[in-house]
Amino acid sequence: MADHPTESAKIRPTLAASPATVGSWRLGPGAGRRLNPSLVAGGLLVVLVIVVALVSFVWTPHSPTRVDTGSRLLGFSAEHWFGTDKFGRDLVSQIMVGARTTVFVGLIAVSVAAVFGVPLGILAAMGPRWLGQLVMRSSDLVLAFPALLLAIMFGAVYGASTLTAMSAIGIATIPSFARLTRAGALQVLSREYVLAARVAGRRRLAIAVRHVLPNISGLVIVQVSVSFAIAVLAEAALSFLGLGTPLTTPSWGRMLQESQELLFVAPRLAVVPGVAIAIAVLGFNLLGDGLRDRYDPKLEQAT
Amino acid sequence: MLVRAGVLVASLVVSSVVVFGFLAALPGDPARIALGVNATDESVAQLREEFGLDRPFSTQYVDWVGGMISGDPGRSYVSKALIGPQLTDKIQVTLWLVGAATLIAVVIALPAGTLMAVRHGRASGLLLAGFSQLGVAIPAFLAGILLITLFAVQLRWLPSGGWTPPIEDPVMFARQLTLPALSLGLVQGAVLTRYVRSAVIDVLREDYLRTARAKGLTPGRALWRHGLRNAMVPVVTVLGLQLATLLIGAVVVERVFVLPGIGNLLLDAVANRDLLLVQAVVMVLVVAVLVVNFVVDLLYAVLDPRLRHG
Repeated sequence: MADHPTESAKIRPTLAASPATVGSWRLGPGAGRRLNPSLVAGGLLVVLVIVVALVSFVWTPHSPTRVDTGSRLLGFSAEHWFGTDKFGRDLVSQIMVGARTTVFVGLIAVSVAAVFGVPLGILAAMGPRWLGQLVMRSSDLVLAFPALLLAIMFGAVYGASTLTAMSAIGIATIPSFARLTRAGALQVLSREYVLAARVAGRRRLAIAVRHVLPNISGLVIVQVSVSFAIAVLAEAALSFLGLGTPLTTPSWGRMLQESQELLFVAPRLAVVPGVAIAIAVLGFNLLGDGLRDRYDPKLEQAT
Repeated sequence: MLVRAGVLVASLVVSSVVVFGFLAALPGDPARIALGVNATDESVAQLREEFGLDRPFSTQYVDWVGGMISGDPGRSYVSKALIGPQLTDKIQVTLWLVGAATLIAVVIALPAGTLMAVRHGRASGLLLAGFSQLGVAIPAFLAGILLITLFAVQLRWLPSGGWTPPIEDPVMFARQLTLPALSLGLVQGAVLTRYVRSAVIDVLREDYLRTARAKGLTPGRALWRHGLRNAMVPVVTVLGLQLATLLIGAVVVERVFVLPGIGNLLLDAVANRDLLLVQAVVMVLVVAVLVVNFVVDLLYAVLDPRLRHG
């Protein structure tokens, strides 16, 4: 079943680490030690976003939520670098606190996906055949519900909140982790050292922890980075639709939503959070690409 | 083939149970949710009876599935309007949008990707990598907002939104559809170009292409006659997967451009907590995703006979 032609193709286009490419992977950490441009650029952008988010806890130029009717819709200035919005709120400060929301939502969503997806993938690879089939068929089913659709359903039932957005994005991402882990684990399980461990009488759990997990960590790290980018996109879209974070929490997606009615007056209000979203997504994607190249030099030459 | 059709039917059944169960088993009573907190017990009871909400779940489910299949999923809890006609109405708008976007993506990606593969070097590869990274990093709704600021606000070439049916005023229809279709299509085109390029590069390395050249075909003819069809196999797969992405992207883009499509219908239904309508629209979208994946599987076999008996 795993060799079914569409099995490997059912990965979304952005997730280039489809099971088909797993075969050429040098699995495991420390496979390559070179830095590459994607890794450096992506790393820098991701660090930038995280630093901005962290700094916002201790310092922002102004209060991100303070309404100041005296300074509405100001342009670029030394006082307000990116100007102010229709309530006189400082844009830089909102972007900084918005970075916090982005990182937080991404972190929780990706953690949910990895914490459930990786063990499920290992179970599917090492457990009984029916269990593997069950996990794979269920992940097919979840893939029919894209993150955004799932989040809209959650929003309809439980009301819009950061929690529903995060769980929806997390659940929708579990299949990618499960599939990837299963494919990687199957690879590792076919190696001689696993056979040796089995012959030596090691239990399945011990093999999973000692051999499988460390050897697929590279794959999983790449997937974490790529999924983070997807989570950032989904969060922005949900907040834009009013299905994400509550009104009191600044978020890039909602800044975009609020900018819409003022596009003809102050396009700056849309461009600034737009660039922030693009930087964050670009950062995590480049980082994922860079890590992938680092673990798999063969793939790098092909692109 | 039969196995795949069976899988499709099974997926449809299971996902319909998921959609129905998820929204039906929610905490609280759909009638009360639709009517709001101030509703009296009598009016809630009346609505429950009117929509058959006091029947067992299994009966409601069978009724609902029957309604969906026959194209009559009943009436909205909130507006009491028939859902079927609303769906067929709004789907047309969404189909125009997704169709135009797919066309734009393909028209960009096929020539650009092939050209860049034939003359592949570091420069074109880097340029393309940059573009497709941007394509991934800029979600369609953001691209839409940016396109509005450029073409509607600054240049004033195109309207910033709205919808006119093509029969009423084809010119206005095209003008209004251009920006939404571009915002979905450009982004997907950038991503697709990268797949086309790598697929064509792979094909160029194949033995059969060398054979074709050896029997005297020019490079262009060899690629046209023997290469492209093979290169299309992975491209069609990606395109199919993108179609699902496009459909979901359209939900948000419709919001940006105020298009009366299925996305706006869904979001309004969520805002009004109109659960029957939400169920119907979500189910339509899920069916679309599943059917598209199924068709991609079939196309795959048609394009590559080697896979037919796989």
